Amino acid sequence: MEIKSLKKINDFLWELPPVGEMRVPGLIFASQNLVEEMDEKVREQITNVACLPGIVHASIAMPDAHWGYGFPIGGVAAFDPEEGGIISAGGVGFDISCGVRTLTTGLIKDEIMPSLERLIDKIFQVVPAGVGSEGKIRLTPAQIDDVLAGGAKWALDRGYGLPEDLEYIEEGGYVTWADPAQVSDLAKKRQFREVGTLGSGNHYLEIQHVFEIYDAEAAEALGIKKDDIVIAIHCGSRALGHQIGTDYLVALAQASKKYNIPIRERELVCAPINSPEGKRYFGAVGAGINCALANRQVISHLTREAVAEIIPQAKLEMLFDVSHNTCKVEEHVIAGKKRRLYVHRKGSTRAFGPGSPEIPARFRSIGQPVFIGGTMGTCSFILVGTEFGTEQAFGSACHGAGRSMSRKRATKTWRGDTVIKDLSAKGIIIRTRSYRGVAEEAPGAYKDVVEVVNAAHQAGLAKKVAMVKPLACIKG
Amino acid sequence: MKLWYETFEHGADVGIRGKGRTLEEAFANGAKALFALMADLSTIEPQKEIQVECTAPDIETLFMVWLNQLIALADIEKMVLCEFSVTIKDKNLTATARGESISPRKHDLGVEVKGATFTMLRVFQEAGWFVAQCVVDV
Repeated sequence: MEIKSLKKINDFLWELPPVGEMRVPGLIFASQNLVEEMDEKVREQITNVACLPGIVHASIAMPDAHWGYGFPIGGVAAFDPEEGGIISAGGVGFDISCGVRTLTTGLIKDEIMPSLERLIDKIFQVVPAGVGSEGKIRLTPAQIDDVLAGGAKWALDRGYGLPEDLEYIEEGGYVTWADPAQVSDLAKKRQFREVGTLGSGNHYLEIQHVFEIYDAEAAEALGIKKDDIVIAIHCGSRALGHQIGTDYLVALAQASKKYNIPIRERELVCAPINSPEGKRYFGAVGAGINCALANRQVISHLTREAVAEIIPQAKLEMLFDVSHNTCKVEEHVIAGKKRRLYVHRKGSTRAFGPGSPEIPARFRSIGQPVFIGGTMGTCSFILVGTEFGTEQAFGSACHGAGRSMSRKRATKTWRGDTVIKDLSAKGIIIRTRSYRGVAEEAPGAYKDVVEVVNAAHQAGLAKKVAMVKPLACIKG
Repeated sequence: MKLWYETFEHGADVGIRGKGRTLEEAFANGAKALFALMADLSTIEPQKEIQVECTAPDIETLFMVWLNQLIALADIEKMVLCEFSVTIKDKNLTATARGESISPRKHDLGVEVKGATFTMLRVFQEAGWFVAQCVVDV
């Protein structure tokens, strides 16, 4: 992106001043280098979002922002229903509530190394991953509605997990406003056999070790120290979420016409929050969120069982579960006034600052935990939300490194088996059913996660607590 | 135009494109490009068939809806598809798609496609060829 056209606020904040039909400015939280690397399409998409009715404060881009569908991936925007605010499928995406959950294990690196290979093989055996994989749970049409209403609590009620897990999931494990009736039969049918599956693409289950601590106080509150072993699970709402996205892209296109909302990009189709169409989509998004939370809960349970079989003394406890493709109702203070807003985070993680009542009591003084996934060959980060981020970006942070190379080019550049061999030489075990998938996800196809995370930290969106490195990874 | 179906580059995802002497052929080849992302088409045998029917307000949206319908039906049946016979009348499409049950051992599997999108969605004619394309979210 051409830097000259932006107004520099500081080294990590750039403004697109409102021009033409923009109702608010665009704000990009990133270093100059990251802004310059961004596609011009990101500017176009930030601008388009800034033109939508009822947008509040700013159309925001995270340090990893890249060309998405309607919203940039790494985009955040909030809308006020009382000011004609809209809800848009482009601001949520196809994989509703895709997110990362991290579990602590009570183990340190030395304890796990002798059985690492056996452990990852066992998890790979019990956690379905990859194209066309099926879960063990078979649901009927009536049961799927219970999943969509109950989220992780539904899973817990069926014995998947521990009661204390729920407190460490956003919204306590399920959103109350989910409306399964707004989800099509086709979407539900697609999910009958997919609860508890990892999926493919950039989804993963990774055994990581804490490599470096940046903030000792926050790390202690989170219960992690150097050399600890943690397990991260990255996946979403599976076929049901994808189908909701597909269904509502068409439904909201009609609604945009009906309500005369000018659409500058077809994926930005939307409906007023207070319209019947807007309410229906919001209810469906809630169902998608609960589906994703149930999915991660079941996978956690399967992982716990696998770990218990190989290393009985391990104790897998929830650190936290954060989603990064959502629209949620939240209260935010704008210019001194508390407002109830519909916050869209597309490829952005919620990152509330210290004191927010939504954060579990144990972490409330340090801020909400945030997980930013890197690649299977580099590292990932644990951060906490900040007051600044809550005030300036609706409490949001980036969600990953972002690709630097297309999938097509990645498969021409690398071979999956070679990538696996190279990673093995670095001491990282990969398990997959798709070599092609591994080539597409090769570490070299991504931006430098360290640079992205440092930008989020220096911009003040979230504070670095720890760096974790992969020891073994299941790629979907 | 050497290839009947192909992929094209797009930032985080990938574009698919089908070409043909008729609109139907372009739609069928677009579907091949889609399933080539999920598996190696040459490893799929057309053992089972599924029927597809869909409609849309315009021909470009019809291409997107057609692909999304295939994604959903193949997912429910846990199949990968390799052959498509398409009939389009006005903005209504009927088709037979053939393939077989997914087997990680038999098919060189790639990625699941979450959905076909409006991004770079175009159906057009060029030098006597029909072309249908869009970006898919993976």
